[in-house]
Amino acid sequence: MQKMRRIWSALAVCALWLLVFMPSLALAAKKGAANVVIVADTRRLDGIMLWWAQMYNDSHLYFTILTIIIIPVVGCIFGVLADIVMSHIGIDLKHRSLAEH
Amino acid sequence: MDWLYVLMPISGVSIFWPGLIVLGLGVGIIGGFFGMGGAWMVTPGLNILGFPMAFAIGTDVAHMAGKSLISTMRHGKFGNVDYKLGITMLVGTVVGVEIGAQMIMWLERIGSVDKVVRWLYVVLLISIAWMVFHDVALRKKKEREAAAAGNKLDETAVGLDWASKLHAFKVPPMMTFHAAGITCSAWLPIIVSLATGWLAGILGIGGGLIRMPALVYLVGCPTHVAVGTDLFEVAISGLYGAASYTYKGRTELVAALIMLVGAAIGAQIGAVATKYIKGYGIRIAFGTAVLGCLCSVVLKLLQPMFPDYAGFINGLSTVLVLGFVIVISLYITVRMVQGAKAELAAKKQKA
Repeated sequence: MQKMRRIWSALAVCALWLLVFMPSLALAAKKGAANVVIVADTRRLDGIMLWWAQMYNDSHLYFTILTIIIIPVVGCIFGVLADIVMSHIGIDLKHRSLAEH
Repeated sequence: MDWLYVLMPISGVSIFWPGLIVLGLGVGIIGGFFGMGGAWMVTPGLNILGFPMAFAIGTDVAHMAGKSLISTMRHGKFGNVDYKLGITMLVGTVVGVEIGAQMIMWLERIGSVDKVVRWLYVVLLISIAWMVFHDVALRKKKEREAAAAGNKLDETAVGLDWASKLHAFKVPPMMTFHAAGITCSAWLPIIVSLATGWLAGILGIGGGLIRMPALVYLVGCPTHVAVGTDLFEVAISGLYGAASYTYKGRTELVAALIMLVGAAIGAQIGAVATKYIKGYGIRIAFGTAVLGCLCSVVLKLLQPMFPDYAGFINGLSTVLVLGFVIVISLYITVRMVQGAKAELAAKKQKA
């Protein structure tokens, strides 16, 4: 119990340290953050790459929606394909016998 | 040799695509094994391949989401993912990340916070490394004591045992997480995920590096389940991060997809390797990974202090990180191949 109390007081000191010093340290290191707007250069592109870059220039929202649909879908497809390849090795891919914590 | 280069549609840079596959393979192995996204490894790698820094981070986050999903699928089949725990923690993670990110934006409005964040990162990494190696040392001590008494230490014995003390706080609602084999107050994983999410948001990282040890030492998960559950979290929070970076126009999906080809194989190797390495073996390797990350952050901090040697220090940092990726991923691959060979030999003998 005494050990726990010591841990909690150490954590409280850390939290207090963060609260007090982080803004003051940040103030000491004044430097403005720059906003950068990037536009895709479509002149050297064609086909699907051109379509993709144009969508990026036209609407970041559609670009974002498509990106977050494509990533998990491709991840699942690659995962299943890699699974098929691994299953050909012949090892048990469904159980783990090691019990150590 | 033009066919070895792909013109990236958004950033407009030509990238050596086999390099992307190799990088994806390496971090896929490490990510699948440790249960982390590995942004600190991928970002310098992408930077070296020619990506501007802004795109390197966004592309890394996007690839991380896909890669973690592949690893989660594999770990899920081994029973290493506690989905109930993952979903419970997700609430805290998302809220924590958002609070951390808002806090950083507020601090950025006041001035540059880079230095503060990096020092905070250093303190955190030292604490995690100390925790892991202290735990390993404690367990080794217990092993020696048991051997001296002529006994064998129980396989589920641990070195540091903070989790059982935290489980003693029985604040309702109580929840049982079957895959992790723990019963505790629902507030424990929620508060832990809120804290780790807040730290991840402040540091601008995925959070796997913090969440994995938090799951082991604070929530009390077995190492393998911590790895799998953390990957489940990384996959979902990575998708959220990918949406955020993409909306800001900082993601190169083509590069992320090419990396996923390598990561798909790497993630399988990393996840299968956990089948052949004991929990404490993973913890020791994880502690080493934290030290690798610490080296790279410290070198980044030293750059502005020695401006004349900035180029050299930057190069050294990149060589160290990529060298680390190669060594650790080779170690994991060798252990996976050895384990698979032994399993196949045992199968043959049985037949």
